[in-house]
Amino acid sequence: MSPILEISDLSVAYRTPGGDVHAVEQVNLTLNAGEVVGLCGESGSGKSTLAYGATRLLRPPAVVTSGSVRYGGRRITNGGQPADLLAMNHKELEAMRWREISIVFQSAMNALNPVLRVQDQLLDGIRAHLRMPRSEARDKAAGLLDLVGIPRNRLRSYPHELSGGMRQRVMIAMALAADPEVVIMDEPTTALDVVVQRDILAQIVELKETLGFAVLFITHDLSLLLELADRIAVMYAGRLMETGSAQDIIREPVHPYTQGLLNSFPSLHGPRRELAGIPGSPPDLRDPLPGCPFIPRCKHAIAACEQVDMSLVPAGGPVAGPVSHLTACPIVISEKSQEGVRS
Amino acid sequence: MSEPVISNLPASGLPDSAPPDEAAAPAINASAEQVGEPAVVQSVAADRGELAMEAVSLNKVFHLGRGASLQAVRNVSFGLYKSAVVALVGESGSGKSTVAKLLAGQERLTSGEITLGGKPVHVTGNHAFRQFKSQVQYVFQDPFSSLNPVHTVGYTLTRPVKLHQPGVKNVPAAITALLEQVSLTPAAQFVVKYPHELSGGQRQRVSFARALAAQPTVLLADEPVSMLDVSIRLEMLALLNDLRTRLHLALLYITHDIASARYFADEVLVMYGGQIVERGPAEDVTQRPAHPYTQLLIASAPDPDNLGSSLKSGNSVQGATVAGKLGSVGPAATGCPFSSRCPLADDKCRRENPALQLLTPARAAACWRLDVAAPPLAAGTI
Repeated sequence: MSPILEISDLSVAYRTPGGDVHAVEQVNLTLNAGEVVGLCGESGSGKSTLAYGATRLLRPPAVVTSGSVRYGGRRITNGGQPADLLAMNHKELEAMRWREISIVFQSAMNALNPVLRVQDQLLDGIRAHLRMPRSEARDKAAGLLDLVGIPRNRLRSYPHELSGGMRQRVMIAMALAADPEVVIMDEPTTALDVVVQRDILAQIVELKETLGFAVLFITHDLSLLLELADRIAVMYAGRLMETGSAQDIIREPVHPYTQGLLNSFPSLHGPRRELAGIPGSPPDLRDPLPGCPFIPRCKHAIAACEQVDMSLVPAGGPVAGPVSHLTACPIVISEKSQEGVRS
Repeated sequence: MSEPVISNLPASGLPDSAPPDEAAAPAINASAEQVGEPAVVQSVAADRGELAMEAVSLNKVFHLGRGASLQAVRNVSFGLYKSAVVALVGESGSGKSTVAKLLAGQERLTSGEITLGGKPVHVTGNHAFRQFKSQVQYVFQDPFSSLNPVHTVGYTLTRPVKLHQPGVKNVPAAITALLEQVSLTPAAQFVVKYPHELSGGQRQRVSFARALAAQPTVLLADEPVSMLDVSIRLEMLALLNDLRTRLHLALLYITHDIASARYFADEVLVMYGGQIVERGPAEDVTQRPAHPYTQLLIASAPDPDNLGSSLKSGNSVQGATVAGKLGSVGPAATGCPFSSRCPLADDKCRRENPALQLLTPARAAACWRLDVAAPPLAAGTI
């Protein structure tokens, strides 16, 4: 699989009078064609900032302080070279958005314009990015609703006439309007009931299979990703803590934070297990402590943790493991396979 | 202690108190009355302590104007017991918050009765309403909007202490004790803070402290953790668990997350379309759901043990396929409210609305097709 979106060493800071808030620090993340990568983290961990920073959607006071973002979709024929998103000018960005990378925004309740019919909102996007005649665009809009399973007669509905699940489906339809190669989904199911949530997730998986786009799925709910994602990246305090396949993350989490997260949500299926949660609260990003940001909440923390540089190392430790499983914690690998979360 | 009373329960003649079946006009969810006598369930929560508050056949009809009405709550009966947690589970719009508001005296009952400490709750003036409130407290879902942003934590807590504990001379000491109870220590550091200076978890702790300031016997918690991060949720539930044991609180835990109810609650009540469709011991209901809706709810919950699951292979769980195609269909207007989405629904289901039927002494479900939905339970072999 070839990388379609390659984020390297990306750092984003919010310039505030009280000093820079380092929302994203030196993050490396690759999205391959046709893959679902789950980006998981608590509120304030920088997961949305990372996605918006990489797609140039942030405004001051947010500044990308370092790094590069390379996009290598099949329609970009820059001499076979991937395009650098961070170096693009306004016009290039315009061609990029929706056509190549589109976003399903958080909370569909607020992302749709309440005074425009669904049809008009879809047409707006289609006509701005695909330049087709109005009649053709209208067919396209109807086709998009078919795609996400909404009856065509809803084209003339206003957003308030749709249920939460339908609004979210409209958002997904809009994102898919220009047949993008990468779709970033920012908490697309957070406000929905579990039953509706599952329907939407199944729909996303189905659409991905038929249309072949890659998904960066941002959520605070790790349990969703375990079923949905091919690979998972766990973020905390602006840093990637652990990345690996869904299998790696659930069966053999190595980072203490991931272990804590997995031990935080009650499961419905299987035997009852002892839940621990993670005591404490996330650190202040204005004044980062040396070393690992998880030290204050980590039960494995030792003095050496303050020297950890937070680069990702193979989770297998000295014994060569699958290289796709990386962790930012070199401390616990050495004492690998302690009790284990799911023993 | 005088009889607990609420000032704003319906007096006869108010539009609110019109019996639901009188409205000939189009009614949403105005299905026929339930058929059959609702089963009397021996709640497992009763093992924890004595009855603190009871809801008996609560009904709530909202009049929407132009003759339309919505029955948000139908024939809901259950008890809250000291030191016990009863979870009310359901999707948005199922009526779970309306039930809590009825219990809190924030909405008027259309019919039914609420008793507190064995005495019926009655209509009268402000003083009596305050006395009722000092026993029944409400914790809201959103700690970001339920605290006044222009007041410090100290001020937020001073008011209920002065109002509900008039005998207290040393108010600051009482506030310190409250903050310590919810593990906001050192208390002195938090008294002077404004809500925006606190994290979500800390804010929700302040909401708990504010509710405890009234020294209630009943705490109604409406989605107390759903706005918080996953890693914080468990701690908050542990805190609530600790409070109910220590202070013998009767706790109503409202949630859409049935998995947390499994771990936290003694009894689970599942609501759909304004009715309780299933109830019973938490572990029992979540592991052997009887009602098709409960089964759908549980099948839809993310399952970490189900890697590379039904989602990826495209095979939806039983029931989820149907509900998926009809995902936007609301509760049925006649018959069983779930009949519009239920894979097992037949003509009887669409015609007649089932009442709760006893499965075991502690469990009941409202379904005509229990023999198919949950054969061993219906046959009484479990």
